[in-house]
Amino acid sequence: MAAVLTRNIIKKFGEVPAVNGISLTVPDGEFMVLLGPSGCGKTTFLRIICGLEKQTSGDLLIGGDVVNDIPPRARGVAMMFQSYGLYPHYTVRKNIAFPLRTQRVPNAVVEKKIEWASQLLGIGHLLERRPRQLSGGERQRVALARALVREPTALLLDEPLSNLDAKLRASARLEIKQFQQRVGVTTIYVTHDQVEAMGMGDRIAVIHHGQVRQVGTPTEIYDDPADRFVATFVGTPPMNLVERNGGFIGFRPENFLPRDMIDDGAVTEFSFRVDRSEYLGSERIVYGAIEGFDPTQVITAKLPPAHVAEESIRPGEWHPFAVRNSAVCHFDRDGKRTGRH
Amino acid sequence: MASGPVVTEADFHPWSQSPDQCHGRRDVLGSILVAPAILYVLLLVGVPFLLAVYYSVSAFTIYDPSWRFVGLANFEQIVQNPVFLQTLGNTFIFTFGSQFLGLILGKFGALLLLRPFPGRKIVRALIILPWAVPVALATVAWQWMFDSLYSVINWTLIALDIITRSQAPNWLGTPGLAMLCVIVVNAWRFFPFAIVIFLAGITAIPQDVLDAATVDGAGFWRRNYQIIVPMILPIVAIGLIFGIVFTFTDLSIVFLMTMGGPVGATSVLGFEGFQVGIVSGDVSHGAAISLFMLPVLFVVVIFMLRFIRRREI
Repeated sequence: MAAVLTRNIIKKFGEVPAVNGISLTVPDGEFMVLLGPSGCGKTTFLRIICGLEKQTSGDLLIGGDVVNDIPPRARGVAMMFQSYGLYPHYTVRKNIAFPLRTQRVPNAVVEKKIEWASQLLGIGHLLERRPRQLSGGERQRVALARALVREPTALLLDEPLSNLDAKLRASARLEIKQFQQRVGVTTIYVTHDQVEAMGMGDRIAVIHHGQVRQVGTPTEIYDDPADRFVATFVGTPPMNLVERNGGFIGFRPENFLPRDMIDDGAVTEFSFRVDRSEYLGSERIVYGAIEGFDPTQVITAKLPPAHVAEESIRPGEWHPFAVRNSAVCHFDRDGKRTGRH
Repeated sequence: MASGPVVTEADFHPWSQSPDQCHGRRDVLGSILVAPAILYVLLLVGVPFLLAVYYSVSAFTIYDPSWRFVGLANFEQIVQNPVFLQTLGNTFIFTFGSQFLGLILGKFGALLLLRPFPGRKIVRALIILPWAVPVALATVAWQWMFDSLYSVINWTLIALDIITRSQAPNWLGTPGLAMLCVIVVNAWRFFPFAIVIFLAGITAIPQDVLDAATVDGAGFWRRNYQIIVPMILPIVAIGLIFGIVFTFTDLSIVFLMTMGGPVGATSVLGFEGFQVGIVSGDVSHGAAISLFMLPVLFVVVIFMLRFIRRREI
């Protein structure tokens, strides 16, 4: 297990840069999530770390050693692929053993490690089956066992939950996280799903157009977005942005509340015209426009249904709404963050 | 109860007939449409096959076209004939030798054609040529390359100082070499087919699996022989069944290149059956020789199909 460090990694396919200068430090044992929309270069960056792609320029260090020219097998990293990449002609046992066989590990050790990994992931009863006889969740565990069995320097996961159904995804999320904490392996996890990122990452690196827009803990990313992209990419519904004084101000829908629900402190007030409201059980999403700004721009508010009765926010009417000043983010014309309040 | 006119199902029917009548018509139409295919198989495969079966148990020759039944006497005679036994052995060597060589050429050809390089599309198209060129044309060209006097292969070997003029082999005039020649020519004809099969198989392997093998530490050879080859084995086996059946029954290359010579060293079952049954007019023995292919191919095909089913992934 080791720290992973990149210095200004650039990868071009022809003239098009897929990764455009990423410098990132992942300390030993950290769970780092690379979050970004599809096509942002996060998977390419992961493939560079494991050696399946060679960067056009920049340095990659694993455990303090520069590994730019070292082939994948010598880097000691393990990768779990989106569709798992299990060997269909091998049994689960042989799948898990494969990375050990390539290193000519003695038979007795191989058996012991298979035992360890299959117990850890609860797949002992599946060892003699073929991948096609397994469910999606079981395949995922087998892939994880295969990745871990040789005790990798770093574990790379490329959208591992995207092939699971929604229910299974929630439990798998928890499992991967718990299991990473138990093993303590440095983990780099690629996803476009902000729920996975927020829920699992020790830190998140938000990537856009091949560049890191912000690195931080889930709280920092959510509460202190570094720019407009991060602000609107993370969070559902996304942060509201309105133009003001040559820049932008942003506020989260859950901070945009009826004026009378905020009792103390400095606030910014708006007159909010409600167009439509959605009741989602635990919350009510209200869509509308605010007075004095572009009327076509949809502003959303997320309200706690217990505190706001449905008849009090009738569509078509103007209501006094407000945001606490402490919850307002300011961005300059280029979208960079200029400060709070 | 609903009032008004009663609407029956028949009123809605496009042909205003009862469903039964319509089904009857459809059945007739279906039969008419498949009839040409069935007739084709019956007349051009079934009848000759049954005729051959009958000839093989009769004493039919073109000099004495009697239909006298002789039981398995013809088979008994041919299996006691050393020429036939040699022919049978030759057929196996010819078939499996050329398939083996063709598969190896196909595998490496496919690996080369998978790599991107300028002009790959043209090469991919050209590589099909040996398969597409008429066998007679290709074989005549090869015959010249193996010619005892004008062999371009010998000329090259001499020019490169690998052999002297007196050591130049007589390719088609030496038993072992002649067999090698017909195997090479058949493998050359077969390998584009093998390339297509391998390309189809390899491109069907998910990239994730190959990437996983690379990250798991497998090098070129391990990736090839522990991942790629086992995964494409079922499709390769299908191709091999075709190759074996076509080669085992083939007589064209031998007929055109060596006429079974020298002294029967390259004679194969198809060729021998043709020689005995058609050229010499001993139809009953010719039929018996040809029918020998049937049980052999039957066993091979069943064995391969079982293998494929077991390997299915």
